[in-house]
Amino acid sequence: MIDMKSRPEQTVAERLRVIPVRQKYLPVTATAVLLALMYGLGVINYPGFSDTQIVLNVFIDNAFLLVVAVGMTFVILTGGIDLSVGSVVALTTMVVALLLENGWPAAVVLPVALLMGATIGFLMGLMIHYFDVQPFIATLAGMFLARGLCYVISTDSISIDNPFWVSVANAQLWFGGFFITISVLIALAVVLIAAYVLAYTTFGRDVYAVGGNPQSAMLMGLRVGRTRIAVYTISGLCSALGGVVLSFYMLSGYGLHASGMELDAIAAVVIGGTLLTGGSGYLFGTVLGVLVLGLIQTIITFQGDLSSWWTKIFIGLFLFVFIVLQRAVTRRRR
Amino acid sequence: MPESEPLLVMRGIGKRFPGVVALDGVDLRLFPGEVHALMGENGAGKSTLIKVLTGAYHHDQGDISLAGESVAFAGPHQARQAGISTVYQEINLCPNLSVAENVLIGRAPTRFGRIRWSAVRRRAEELLDRLHLNIDVGSDLGTHSIAVQQMVAIARALDVDAKVLVLDEPTSSLDASEVDQLFRVMRGLKEEGIAVLFVTHFLDQVYEIADRMTVLRNGRRVGEYRTAELSQLDLVAAMIGKDLAVLEDIEEAPRREVAVLERGTPVVSADGLGRAGAIAPFSLAIHKGEVVGLAGLLGSGRTEVARLLFGADRADQGQIAVDGEPVALRGPQSAMRQKIAYCPENRRTDGLVEELTVRENIILALQADRGWARPVPRGKQDELVARYVRALDIRPADPEIPVRNLSGGNQQKVLLARWLITEPKLMILDEPTRGIDVGAKAEIQKLVVELSDGGMAVLFISAELEEVLRLSHKVAVLRDRKLVAELDNTDGLDTDRVMAAIASGGVA
Repeated sequence: MIDMKSRPEQTVAERLRVIPVRQKYLPVTATAVLLALMYGLGVINYPGFSDTQIVLNVFIDNAFLLVVAVGMTFVILTGGIDLSVGSVVALTTMVVALLLENGWPAAVVLPVALLMGATIGFLMGLMIHYFDVQPFIATLAGMFLARGLCYVISTDSISIDNPFWVSVANAQLWFGGFFITISVLIALAVVLIAAYVLAYTTFGRDVYAVGGNPQSAMLMGLRVGRTRIAVYTISGLCSALGGVVLSFYMLSGYGLHASGMELDAIAAVVIGGTLLTGGSGYLFGTVLGVLVLGLIQTIITFQGDLSSWWTKIFIGLFLFVFIVLQRAVTRRRR
Repeated sequence: MPESEPLLVMRGIGKRFPGVVALDGVDLRLFPGEVHALMGENGAGKSTLIKVLTGAYHHDQGDISLAGESVAFAGPHQARQAGISTVYQEINLCPNLSVAENVLIGRAPTRFGRIRWSAVRRRAEELLDRLHLNIDVGSDLGTHSIAVQQMVAIARALDVDAKVLVLDEPTSSLDASEVDQLFRVMRGLKEEGIAVLFVTHFLDQVYEIADRMTVLRNGRRVGEYRTAELSQLDLVAAMIGKDLAVLEDIEEAPRREVAVLERGTPVVSADGLGRAGAIAPFSLAIHKGEVVGLAGLLGSGRTEVARLLFGADRADQGQIAVDGEPVALRGPQSAMRQKIAYCPENRRTDGLVEELTVRENIILALQADRGWARPVPRGKQDELVARYVRALDIRPADPEIPVRNLSGGNQQKVLLARWLITEPKLMILDEPTRGIDVGAKAEIQKLVVELSDGGMAVLFISAELEEVLRLSHKVAVLRDRKLVAELDNTDGLDTDRVMAAIASGGVA
């Protein structure tokens, strides 16, 4: 029988462990605690904050970010990064607006937009896998390309007046005294499907394995190439879907939409406890990460006298804290 | 045993890398229900042959047939599906996944595309039970020791409906009882009619378990033998292809008497040096020309001692003195300034830069010592490198090929050369002979003797007690992260007494 008693020294992460939480759930738990603290802070300080609709509004305002962050989670779990998502979101709003302006039916525009996003992701995935290009560089190229294409279509904002689009945008689903939008339903559906895929399918587990150690994954007979290409395709698809959701929200297509959004998505994933080095993290964490970002904005709005740039400052601070926390956790694993 | 039909036949396999012919027309036959040992020195082509067999490399020449049918594998996945399962020397599992998942990933049972986690856990538990390993299959693999991870890798290989099981140096990180356990499992597999290909450097293990062996040398097959028909001495001769003078020199060398040394001021002495959680405070003095052996089980704190003396970890108590002067080791650089050198245990990840050439790797430490502003002139580099490549017999003797293309033993020599160039006063060698073959091992042992005769102090860390006793003037024994005994290597000292010290935690 093999001795399991010898244990390395206690790490910061271990000492932090007040309640018995499994090591790998620690980052997600930390995010959940942070979220609860922020919410509590809001409820105590601002009248009207405890209204459930406030929380639902966070979902409504950030549905597109949530969809994009789901795709980003797949990519980061394999140890990669996708910088193109913001630009693909913008390009999608442009393409959607342009096609609708030219009288294409919504039922054709939707699949075309999604296919375009998936194709961009697929091509970047091919580049990353077959030419062994750093994901950072390949998706940086994709980022410039997609953003540039927006301005080829038009330098101005194109508004959307397609009746289907407008009706989806304005639809409010009421239950009790509260409402959500169709975008929120789309985002939640994406989250549930993705969480299921990651936890219960062979592909999902391959994503984790590739992020843990690509060399080992290859020698274990897993299809590393297919997995890597697939995660970028999924990220592209999610970006396009995020773009569609944003076009419901904005009812316009514009090259300046979602500028810098790739960084928000990465921040949400990291704050949600997914390791940037790959192999560890949960989709539930990403949802929490998006909520943290959304709640910061809400609190600053409620405060009223703070510039919206404070949002960025808090995001920055939280990122620092979570990256340090991740180091503490990974050191234990070494 | 009746001569049955071979299950797997590799014929005339050839493989070249830029600048190196790794395999040249090699044949290999594996019979069902037999353990077949693949023997050869480092660089003989064992690893390459295995990688060809398991689909990780494509061979340039030759063909492979499995159960009478010609096969060609595009990758490890296909080889595995054909029934060839492999456990590599470096554990190729994912530390971030659970034990159960590592055993079954890639073929986890599903229903309508949904992985049945309860079935995965049950199956993993069954497989680990077969290896008598009782651990929580839901825990992350990375939280377990190397030995346990190795067992998990074997469990993974067993799950497949394997016809051929390839074990590439599976025992190099296992202790004696774990090896016995593995051999029990291997015998069981033999009974089931599986062909096991077993690669190891431990000759005793080959004679204990193998039925047949194939010996490689310099990328060529020397021959195929029945274990019963080849003496151990003939095997070694076949492997190294030269007489055993080197080996015998060492074997028969008189025990190194401690009395020969005059012990003046120690070159390096530690006084109450310790680091919480890594190693309890210890005192140890190493004199000029002295070889101090560190003995102890895996995980007893051997490497921790080395890292403290090299400044790679900071001590939280105690002092180090060099030539009697107390010094503060703030890191490897200040240790290097004090002429202390350290060859780490894990040469692949902690020592060598695989992409760089032999020459660049050898020059590294010297260059670091001089600082970037004073590059070592190219002529001087070539001269130094040529000298050490010759002195240590690094093969192939081409300083401009990437270190990655060298075999384990030759990589170890490159690492040694790097530190020898800096002319250290104290050389710390952490498992320098682990995972390398007899020939290279004898050469490295001989080198240690020469170095200490030349006045260098050596701290020699090894899991092999015979080796420690053969080379050391003094043996320091570690147990449970504590220095428990310091034994002078006099007539009375033998492996039994050292073992007793390890076991009892004091002088026997």
